[in-house]
Amino acid sequence: MATSTTNALAGEERAGPPAKSPDGKSGRKRGALLHRIDLKGAPYAFVAPFFVVFAAFSFYPLIYTAWISLHHVELATLDSMQWVAFDNYVDLFKDSRFWNALRNTITIGVISTVPQLLMALGMAHLLNYRMRASLFFRVASLVPYATSVGAAALVFTMLFERDFGMINWVLGWVGIDPLDWEANKWPAQVAISTIVIWRWTGYNALLYLAAMQAIPADRYEAASIDGASRWKQFTHVTVPGIRSTIVFTIVLSTIGATQLFGEPLIFGQGPNGVTGGADNQYQTLGLLLYEEGWKNYQMGRAATVAWAMFLLLILVFVAQRLISRLRSRTP
Amino acid sequence: MTVNSLPVRTDTPVRTPAPKAPRAGRRLLRIRAGRQHHAGPLAYVLLGIMALVSIFPLYWTMVAASTDNTRVSQSPPPFLPGPNLFSNLARAWDEAAMGKAMVNSLIVAGVIALSTVLFATLAGFAFAKLRFKGRNILLTLVIGTMMVPPQLGVVPLFMMMSDLGLAQQLPAVIFPTLVSAVGVFFMRQYLGEALPDELVEAARVDGAHSLRIFWSIVLPVARPAMAVLFMITFVHAWNDFFWPFVVLDMTNPTVPVALTQLSAGYVRDQSLIMAGALLGTLPLLAMFIVFGRQIVSGIMAGAVKG
Repeated sequence: MATSTTNALAGEERAGPPAKSPDGKSGRKRGALLHRIDLKGAPYAFVAPFFVVFAAFSFYPLIYTAWISLHHVELATLDSMQWVAFDNYVDLFKDSRFWNALRNTITIGVISTVPQLLMALGMAHLLNYRMRASLFFRVASLVPYATSVGAAALVFTMLFERDFGMINWVLGWVGIDPLDWEANKWPAQVAISTIVIWRWTGYNALLYLAAMQAIPADRYEAASIDGASRWKQFTHVTVPGIRSTIVFTIVLSTIGATQLFGEPLIFGQGPNGVTGGADNQYQTLGLLLYEEGWKNYQMGRAATVAWAMFLLLILVFVAQRLISRLRSRTP
Repeated sequence: MTVNSLPVRTDTPVRTPAPKAPRAGRRLLRIRAGRQHHAGPLAYVLLGIMALVSIFPLYWTMVAASTDNTRVSQSPPPFLPGPNLFSNLARAWDEAAMGKAMVNSLIVAGVIALSTVLFATLAGFAFAKLRFKGRNILLTLVIGTMMVPPQLGVVPLFMMMSDLGLAQQLPAVIFPTLVSAVGVFFMRQYLGEALPDELVEAARVDGAHSLRIFWSIVLPVARPAMAVLFMITFVHAWNDFFWPFVVLDMTNPTVPVALTQLSAGYVRDQSLIMAGALLGTLPLLAMFIVFGRQIVSGIMAGAVKG
């Protein structure tokens, strides 16, 4: 389709504008036809590249993942696929590492997303004041976003170091003994969540700020005439006013949380990274997928983990839909 | 499935009249001053703390990269830069293949950003200004694709790239991210507001075909947004981790992949690791210092509002 339209376009260009066509009647007719093809076809040609690339590299792999998950495939012999029906799924659901990774993904997801979005909301509120150096504060809040997972995780791994890390040193001031962040489950999950929170809070704050600035000023005026305090204005005007943005960021952070991979991998420093600590205390589904596929060479099982992640996402969104529907029904 | 839960109103009419195209464009991307109250001292203090928290880890990266391993591994940790910054950077450049990684990342991020901008502008223009059957359904589909994380397809993607002989090659990283749904949506929002319908219709009356209209009318109007989208996409592509980590190896890495190599060694040289981290962040940091205003306003302009 794309090629034919391009030809049509080129043809029409040669023909020139229909009204001034030198060949008289037939030329005008041909021009009109090309014009119609252009009008009808060009929009599809313009949106086609997006859909072609998406279909080839996202949609097809997603579907094919389901097919692979029904097979036994090894990394070294990718071409020989052996049908095993639902064996991989049965194994996965019997595997305590899967449930452990699922729990870790959910707890790290909650620990990293909830404070992140709440702080972003507060930050956006502050950034929305009329002030000096507002550009500086906005750019500063985006600096973590410019830092790659790799660099950010390396720095925070060092800050959370047991023996010489700055965070233990600061905790020492208030009389807290040095923590072995990596070796203990909850400290490790908090440390990993800290990296996520640090990287994404400022970005989300800017999204909220943009939405806050789109709230009509008269709503605030009306609220203040009614005697609403600043806090009341925030909870009754600002938050409802940016509701869809909040939903949007929740959706994006949830997707991000289910895919968490780089932060725990690097936090584990080398061999401990892929297993998510010596006792899998911070292994996420993303890490489990990688371990199955590229460390244990079981591509079929890796595909099963991927598909389980997708089902988890769908479940979360169905739950979110149900909750929001229930809430809208009860005023 | 989940598409309806997205807060994007695909049915809103896209014809918001804008006065003069280029000026409207610039106005859309400018940061508006908050129209609420003036900030009190408390707001400044809180924002100051926030800025400190945002910047400190990077400052400390620089400090750690400028001392040596023994000094970094002492408590209390160093707070002021030492004398070894450039020698550590040079070592990271050589030992961790950071030089090659930087060139690779530049190619990968550059190509991805260029193609994303081109295809997003084409599709964004079609969605914002052209009438065609199925437009709303297709736009909803575009937004729906944001729900499908690309990581889920890594297993077949890896098989596909192995079949094509592209494993460990840069095209394996580039191909899957040549387009972006966020980009399409961003350009559609922008052009919907910045490009007056009259301009497109006038060009049609003059007999210009769609590609000509795109070239001589849409591109000039879209230029500021394209620049912003380029930078944002560049940042994302530069920092992308999971798929490059899976499909590339240490002989031909991008920057984030090379960084994992630094920390995975048995003898850990902390200041070398930090030098590598700093090196990998510097290009983006430089971009943020020069174009910070544009990037901030671009992210805000692309936000879902309401």
